[in-house]
Amino acid sequence: MSESAMTSNPPVAAEVRAARSHLARRMLKNPTGLAAIIVLALIILLAILADVLAPMDPSVANINDVLAPPSALHPLGGDSAGRDVLSRLLFATRFSIAGALWAVLIAAVIGVTSGLIAGYYQKWFETVSVWIISVIQALPGIVVLLAARAVVGPSLWLIMAVFGLILSPAFYRLTYTAVVGVRNELFVDAARVAGVGDVSIIGRHILSVVRAPIIIQAALLAGIGIAVQAGLDFLGLGDAKLVTWGQMLSDAFSRMYQAPTLLIWPSLAMALTSVALVLFGNALRDELERAAGKPKRRRRGVAAVAPKVATEKPVTHAEAQGDARSTLLEVKDLVVGYDQPDGSLKQVVNGVSLMVRKGEVHGLIGESGSGKTQTAWSILRLLPAGGRIVAGSVVFDGKDLAGLSERDMVKLRGRRISYIPQEPMSNLDPSFTIGSQLVEPMVVTLGISKAEAKQRALDLLGRVGLPDPQKTFSSYPHEVSGGQAQRVLIAGAVSCEADLIIADEPTTALDVTVQAEILELLRDLQNDLGVSILIVTHNFGVVADLCDRVSVMQNGLIVETGPARAIFADPQHPYTKALFEAILEDGAARGPLAHSADRNTVTVRSTVTEKSAR
Amino acid sequence: MTESTSASRAGEPLLVIDDLVVEYPAKGFRKQPFRALKGVSIDIKAGECVGLVGESGSGKTTLGRAVLGLAPVTGGSVRFKGQEIGHLSRKARRALSDEIQVVFQDPYSSLNPSLTIEQTLAEPLRVKKMSAADSSKRVRKLLDQVGLPSDAADRLPREFSGGQRQRIAIARALALSPELIVCDEPVSALDLSTQARVLDLFKDIQEETGVAYLFVSHDLAVVRHLSHRVAVMYHGEIVEYGDGDKVTSDPDHPYTQRLLLAAPVPDPIRQEQRRADRRRLLESQREMELQAGAV
Repeated sequence: MSESAMTSNPPVAAEVRAARSHLARRMLKNPTGLAAIIVLALIILLAILADVLAPMDPSVANINDVLAPPSALHPLGGDSAGRDVLSRLLFATRFSIAGALWAVLIAAVIGVTSGLIAGYYQKWFETVSVWIISVIQALPGIVVLLAARAVVGPSLWLIMAVFGLILSPAFYRLTYTAVVGVRNELFVDAARVAGVGDVSIIGRHILSVVRAPIIIQAALLAGIGIAVQAGLDFLGLGDAKLVTWGQMLSDAFSRMYQAPTLLIWPSLAMALTSVALVLFGNALRDELERAAGKPKRRRRGVAAVAPKVATEKPVTHAEAQGDARSTLLEVKDLVVGYDQPDGSLKQVVNGVSLMVRKGEVHGLIGESGSGKTQTAWSILRLLPAGGRIVAGSVVFDGKDLAGLSERDMVKLRGRRISYIPQEPMSNLDPSFTIGSQLVEPMVVTLGISKAEAKQRALDLLGRVGLPDPQKTFSSYPHEVSGGQAQRVLIAGAVSCEADLIIADEPTTALDVTVQAEILELLRDLQNDLGVSILIVTHNFGVVADLCDRVSVMQNGLIVETGPARAIFADPQHPYTKALFEAILEDGAARGPLAHSADRNTVTVRSTVTEKSAR
Repeated sequence: MTESTSASRAGEPLLVIDDLVVEYPAKGFRKQPFRALKGVSIDIKAGECVGLVGESGSGKTTLGRAVLGLAPVTGGSVRFKGQEIGHLSRKARRALSDEIQVVFQDPYSSLNPSLTIEQTLAEPLRVKKMSAADSSKRVRKLLDQVGLPSDAADRLPREFSGGQRQRIAIARALALSPELIVCDEPVSALDLSTQARVLDLFKDIQEETGVAYLFVSHDLAVVRHLSHRVAVMYHGEIVEYGDGDKVTSDPDHPYTQRLLLAAPVPDPIRQEQRRADRRRLLESQREMELQAGAV
């Protein structure tokens, strides 16, 4: 029972780590990402090497080459002024890309910096920056650009700088949201307490989180930058001294009927660049979102991995007296596993057998990772994606649930087996009233009218100890406390007269005084209704309070089972014993502090009080 | 007389919180601010562990954060070694980092997932301008002190279990040999057996280094195990404060009594007894309330 035994399998952890820390490597393995990176790298290389690669000066016009067809001298022909199209294309790539990058750089510097400051310090800077950003966003971009063009003249760099300013809100909002999400993380607080300065915190702890989304955003905005810049040049508003894709387009457009192929080259360059940028952003986002590979479905025909069923039998305590109650649920040799990305199976429950009698409260106790919740979910057949019952049977009232169709299972859930979750708040839909969430299942499963169901819901809400059932009925989940929400869910669990309630840590998220009330309620309801309860918990106090019988789980196996009193009085299995030893209740108190400095204080204080008493 | 005053100054506890008020501004125009602490007084001596118990919303975490300078102090004072630290500038606060440290509840979000353990542990050392070689040596020593292998230094937080992460968080708190560590529910997210071992680690470290703890928890049993004195918080106020054994076994305040009897005992027979006791207590407290209302 060392702590290391509780970590997930080391190879899995290493795998995850490798996958995460090498985002760049993963991008290269992603086919889309790789293609986009290659295309972008080529384009940038061409732009850089334009001087070397271009066969001639892009601005030298030769009257003989006006609209010349492709030839050895001019591989792509000549344009309307007799200039070499290939050379122009290469130089246009340089200036178009540079212009777009310039705009993105300006946008990123303004947006990211102000987003970081506003998100981290908030207060007045946040208020003011939000105003400014909103104003920028409200302005129609093209109109501003046209106006700016009129003021600053036909300069590519100045126009694109203005465009960068117009784009900056995109970076600002992104960064701001990310920073607000991270700034209250405990590791940021810990760094502050450790005396780390704000600049360091932002650089080390916050920027690392927002870095990747910023790159994605930059890629998308660069595409927009290229398009807008080309648009301005196409309209003839650009710098006539620099050749860009937009200018080439504009030139080709005027000779569309004489030389239609001239349109192709700049269009192709723009399309290729924009698509590559968008795909690059998408691939990066996909790689970020995918923490681990998707589990592969086992292909038909491939032999299933044989489940490893443990053969060790749990320590079983004898019943105090013969228990005549009939069996309601019998789980036998249950194995639950999750399909892994590499096609293997990760077993989390390794052959659990357990029995719940009619009217019995059975406690399933264990630490995190013991498989207790997985066992409960597989009884409900509600395992998360990738998980499945690999072997064994779950016989409920004579029917094996493990082999039941999903349709039959739906009929059973809620009607015969109901569920009380651990987190009451996240199990109520915030957009519906509590009443409607109680009424609907009853109408569906019991087939009663809405009015009847409402009356029943009100009765139940009163029954679970809510002081004002009518008010709770018409409230939304956020209007009630956690304890009240749990009462509502308990009302829901008993509303359809289920025979078995599976309660997954029903009091763990609650305060201890509320927990006591909920336990009291569960005990009362169980007495009144005679329902069986399978309660999953890690708290021995809860088991002692509520359970008739207990099964102790460790590593996906039940190690000890029997009547609660027998196990509490005389635990046998070493793991159970270790758990009992770790219980702090009734342990010795630490006692008062006894060291010299303290004694000093005490004496001084007592003399002071004596003096003042006199 | 003069002598006794100076003696009492010298003997003033390590941390003295006097009538502390913390208010969080409410969102919206002219809304009443939310008062999380309504005049709390408490003191911690050098080498002492003071437990702070309460339920969610009682203000216990806020009190811890106020000591750390992470909550806005509206009124009252927080004195550390005689110096007022309630309203320090960020810069002055940073200087306190080698005296007051913290261990948070959530071992998952309290470590930056993208930094290795060594980077996390060396951060406070770097701030104090320790050389790379010294800080690396110190990190190995810290890991050893909290019972982790030294090869843990080069790994990322995600490779460790909750209990191990909490040990790392403790190591970070110890890095600058502080005199006070605020422990905010440091074992609540841990499994039972891990919890017991981490608590023992806290105790051993205290005995070894003489560091003082402000130990915040919702669990009376945990607090009883570790604390010399215990304070009970309820609705932003301390309702009971005194010897740890007394407060956690035979409390005077009605709320503490309710809290004590609400926690189920891990023994079916004694729990049955406690259930009956709790019912009786609630009954008698209700009657007393009714009488008080009638008068």
